[in-house]
Amino acid sequence: MAETVTYGAFFLLSAVVLISALAVVLLRNVLHSALALIATFFAVAGIYVLLEAEFLAAVQVLIYVGAVAVLMLFAIMLTQRIVDRGARVTNEQVLLAALVALALFAAVLAPVAWNAAWNVSQEPVIPEAIRELGLQLVTTYALPFEVAAVLLLVALVGAIIMARET
Amino acid sequence: MLQAYVFIAILLIASLVFAVTPLLMAFVIRPKRPNPVKNATYECGLEFESFPEEARPVWVPFRVQYYVYALVFVIFDIETVFLYPWAVAYSQLGLYALAEMFLFVAILVFGLAYAWRKGALEWV
Repeated sequence: MAETVTYGAFFLLSAVVLISALAVVLLRNVLHSALALIATFFAVAGIYVLLEAEFLAAVQVLIYVGAVAVLMLFAIMLTQRIVDRGARVTNEQVLLAALVALALFAAVLAPVAWNAAWNVSQEPVIPEAIRELGLQLVTTYALPFEVAAVLLLVALVGAIIMARET
Repeated sequence: MLQAYVFIAILLIASLVFAVTPLLMAFVIRPKRPNPVKNATYECGLEFESFPEEARPVWVPFRVQYYVYALVFVIFDIETVFLYPWAVAYSQLGLYALAEMFLFVAILVFGLAYAWRKGALEWV
């Protein structure tokens, strides 16, 4: 029963990922593409949950759905005339590009995905991995943890300086 | 462990149904008699045609200064990623870990103070 639900959830999430990813490429309005990309990120977070990588799922939602999406939406809204009806999203070589992408997929990606001997880890999933991560973060990795704060500070100050120059 | 996420899935589906059902119902039962006046663009009862010329384009680019908000948001979003595992493990951690997190947050508060001081948070 639980197995069936997991499979069902996986196929549903995969469908959302594929459809929204296609929408990102094919939609005419670049703002709609960005919204579709958020849906893609969210469904990928769901797949992480299915893989019992809860922390990765949380990070996916926080960083990709939160931060990256916001940056992209801002970039779109700050750009001149990018969402105009007249703005083109493809050029004359769209068919050729699709053919090349399809050929590469059939020649490289698909055979590798099909034939490779994927190693499946026999290790059990660590229960409460996030708690373990939190413990390690402030004991073993206390220094990198504080250095990360300094790195974020540098990024913040740098971003403000660069944004104010323009 | 995955069972706990079934409730999130149910909540997600329920929220979707909750949002889509009224839209669908309105689409099905509403009378469809469009006329030019009904189809006209308006905002808060004002007709689009009465707008001044400079207010006509609606897809105007935002001011670049707003991008600073996004950048500050991203930094504190990443801070949350570090806070999260710390908060989960909090009950097993001592005073030392609390002090470490205070230092972590203090370093970033310094950045927030810098942003404030430089007027990056001012409404422009």
